[in-house]
Formats: sequence, C-alpha cells, structure tokens
Amino acid sequence: MLKDITLGQYLPGDSPVHKLDPRVKLVLTAVLIVMLFAAKNMCGIAVCAVFCVIGFAVSKVPVTLMIKSLKPIVALVVFTAVLNLFFVHSGEELWRWKMLSVTDEGIRTAFFMVSRIVLLIIGSSLLTYTTSPIDLTDAIERLMSPLKRIKVPVHEFAMMMTIALRFIPTLIEETDKIMNAQKARGSELDTGGFTDKVKGMIPILIPLFVSSFRRAEELATAMECRCYHGGEGRTRMKQLHTAPRDYAACVLTLLFLAGVIAANILFK
Amino acid sequence: MEFFLDAENVCFSYVNDAEEPPSRTEVLKDVTLRVKEGEFLAVLGHNGSGKSTLAKCFNAINLPDSGTVTVAGLRTDDEENLIPIRSNAGMVFQNPDNQIVATIVEEDVAFALENMGVEPSEIRRRVDEALRTVGMYEYRMHAPHKLSGGQKQRVAIAGILAMKPKCILLDEPTAMLDPKGRDEVMSTIKMLNREQGVTIVLITHYMEEAAQADRIVVIDGGETLLDGTPKSIFSQVETMKNIGLDVPQVTELCYRLKKAGYDLPGDIITEEECAQALFELLTKRGE
Repeated sequence: MLKDITLGQYLPGDSPVHKLDPRVKLVLTAVLIVMLFAAKNMCGIAVCAVFCVIGFAVSKVPVTLMIKSLKPIVALVVFTAVLNLFFVHSGEELWRWKMLSVTDEGIRTAFFMVSRIVLLIIGSSLLTYTTSPIDLTDAIERLMSPLKRIKVPVHEFAMMMTIALRFIPTLIEETDKIMNAQKARGSELDTGGFTDKVKGMIPILIPLFVSSFRRAEELATAMECRCYHGGEGRTRMKQLHTAPRDYAACVLTLLFLAGVIAANILFK
Repeated sequence: MEFFLDAENVCFSYVNDAEEPPSRTEVLKDVTLRVKEGEFLAVLGHNGSGKSTLAKCFNAINLPDSGTVTVAGLRTDDEENLIPIRSNAGMVFQNPDNQIVATIVEEDVAFALENMGVEPSEIRRRVDEALRTVGMYEYRMHAPHKLSGGQKQRVAIAGILAMKPKCILLDEPTAMLDPKGRDEVMSTIKMLNREQGVTIVLITHYMEEAAQADRIVVIDGGETLLDGTPKSIFSQVETMKNIGLDVPQVTELCYRLKKAGYDLPGDIITEEECAQALFELLTKRGE
C-alpha cells in the first residue's frame, strides 16, 4: 500500500508544456510570480489568470487536479479573505455589526488577495505537474551552476536531491517491512492515544535509521567503485537543448508580463 | 605482465577507532592470489573469512597494510591509478538496492561514465550497448525500485559494463535473489566471460555457482586454503566439510553413495555428470 505513492505530483504526458526545457519552465514560473506581485489591480490579475488558464489548457492537466492542488491552502485563503474583508476600513461602508464592518473596498481587496494566492499555487503546481522531480533537480543544478564560482556546492546539492528521490521508495518499503515485523512481535501501533502512537513510532524509526546508515555506507562504496569523485570533470549523458517552442513560450510570457504592466499604467 | 589481478602477500586489518585503545581485526593474513585475463574465478569461504575484503583490495577501496596489489600492472596504492583501476575492475555488490544511484535505469548505467568525463554521445552509445548486453534495454526508462531483484542486479552489472572493464568483481551478487533472479544473473555473468572475454571474480555461497567457474579459491580465516579446478576442490569433500563449507548436492550424493559401497567417480560436480554416472551404474547392475 505504501509502495504506490507517487513522488511529488508529476503527471506524465507529452503536451507542449511537458516537452518544454525544464530550465525554461522554472524561469517562466518565476516570471509568473513576479507578474502576480507586480499586478496592482484586478485587470492585471485577470491577465495572469488568462496566462495560467492557457498553460493548463495546453498541458492537458485535468481541471480536477488543478482544484486538488488548492486543497492544502484552503485555510490560508479563507484566513486572507476574512482578514481583508473585515479589516479594510476605507471606502463605502456596506454592512455593520458592532465592531465589525465591511466596505466595498474591503471586498475588492479580499478578492484581489485571494485570486493572487490561488493563481500563485495554480501556476507553480503546473510546473510540478508537468516536470518530473529528476528533471527539476537537473534544471536547478544547471541554472545554479554559475554559483559554483563562488563556492556554492551546487553539484553536491543536486546529487543529494537525486539520491533522496531514489531512496524514498526504498525506505518506504523498508518502513512497511519494519512495521509488519514489529506488529508480528505484538507491538500495537494503531491503538491508544496520541502519546502511545508517538511512542509506538520509536521501535520503527530506530531500525529504519540504523539500516539507512548501513545503506548510505554501501552506496558510498558503490559510488566510489564507479569512479565517483565529486562534480569535477563530470559530464552528463542527457544534454538539455532549447527548442523553438521554448523561445515561443518565453515570448508569450513576456507578452503577458507586458500586459500586466500595461494594465497597471492604464487602470489606476 | 602475465596476470591481470595480482595480490602478493597481502595483509589487511580493520581498525576500530571507536574503542579505546583502538582495536584491530586482522582479516587477511598473507594472501597471494593471481588471476589471469579472461579467467572465471570463484571465491568460496564462509562469512567473515575475508573474501569480500580481498575483492575490495582489487579495486583500491581497501589498501593493504603490507604486500602489493596490482590491476593490469597498475599498483593500487598509487593515487594516480585510482580511476584506471576502478574502470578496469568494476565491482558489483550483494544488495542491488544499495548500489543504484539514479532514479531512472539508463541514468544509473550512465553514472560511471559521467564520472569519468566521457563525451555525452559516447555515453549514450555505451549505455544502450550495456543495457542490450544484459537484456534490460526495454526497461531503460523504468524506475529501479519497480524492477525485480534479478533485474536490478542486471542493471547494476550494466552500470559496471558501461565502463568497458576487463574484469568484474562480484561480491555475492545472487545472495538476495530468488532462484529465477539467480539464473538471470549467472547466465549474464557466464555470457560475459565466454563471449566477451571479461575476467570474472565471483564471490559466492552457492556451490552450484562455483562449480561453473574455471577455478576455485577457498579462503578460510584470511588465508587461501585451497586453489584449483572445481573438480579438484569438490572432490575433497572431507576438507570442505571440516571448514564448514558444502559441496554441490550432486557431489554430496555421489560421495555418500560411494561411502555406502557403490562404485562411482569422486569428481562429479554437475547434474549431467551425475545422471550419466548413475545411469551407467544402474545399467551395469542390471546386467
């Protein structure tokens, strides 16, 4: 049961968005974030919304998944909405009850802030839906590689990420085995209150840690046997190439960015 | 330079720094072992006999306390030789899970070549070739954790093979596999030895696997005890039993029948030989 979890939320596919160079996708997502924070009015936000909708439509990621990605931030959205609704006092008062009042300006700000957060999450989940964690790590390593000059361990960081991604399923499988082994010895993992459950985790975590260290040591030896000696002089099999579609995506994004700026100037 | 792998008077001990004063465990005591190019050598010995330690001496993971180890004429104690030695004497370990680095099969096979700084197009070519050789080409885009044990171990072998080593050291590669996986790995190893002339050093606990080698070395208590062809080693049933090792089942069968007074040759190590010998024995009695 634990074995079937998917890492991240990557959804394999072969849409133009999937095929974009991961570096380009990463940069464009950053541009979207800039766009969202640069937008000063609803018109600008609408431009960003159109951008996200186009992205989702082209990627063929189901709408249900898009809504699902918003689930974890429901509380944040509600909190932001309520806060803005009741604590913005400028503008015409529409409704009042003792200390609480709602103004038209408040409604506008609340809507503005909520759509900004929602679009932020939708835009960045489009990146994770269409890019596998490996490609993402790869893109980060390559984009950050200029930082190597100022002694930032970019390669080591990417290697750690890759190994972590590689071992998560293995360790989950192992956790499953240890849990079964402890259950077979009569430990009660699912019963009792919160403290009992936390205490029940100890006999699972300790063997898991011990075996992880053993694995780490064996892996290090195996890596050394395969001539691993850090990032120096290392080549990569997979080369990333930018294709015409990458340039097209960049141009399109820049157009939308221009649209947001225009909206800021035109509608004060 | 006649021998490809050459360990001369090798002594090795593990030092435990955690204890005060540091304790030393002597694992190899004056071991001399020479392996010719293209040979298929099986190393037998029970747990803690030092066979894995010896294998790790051959690719400069372990450096001997005294004595010398050379691989293709290169000394392992010279830091300069590290990469040539390791790319010439690749090592496959027991647990396939703990030696696969990448999240995609073909990326893992490419790992060693990427470390060696090979050109990307050349890496691609060699990775495809290695995956085809071990019969895992169709799985090149799979995630390693979704493969069976035998398949994972074949991916690990492909990862070594991509370096085009002259020799592969295998440290109990079949210990964690089911019979089917064991067959897959053994036939891959034999194919590499027979068809591509790769020198094989196979450390194993399975006598049936050792019987398929050209030569067997038995290590006990950090010393080489026996050295010879499978037939000459397994015909010494008493000696093998005394040091806590087995002989192939068919050898055991013939040994017991012989003890019970039946006239059988003492050097039977394969099922075919055994069947033939029994057939002859039975037809003789029938007459």
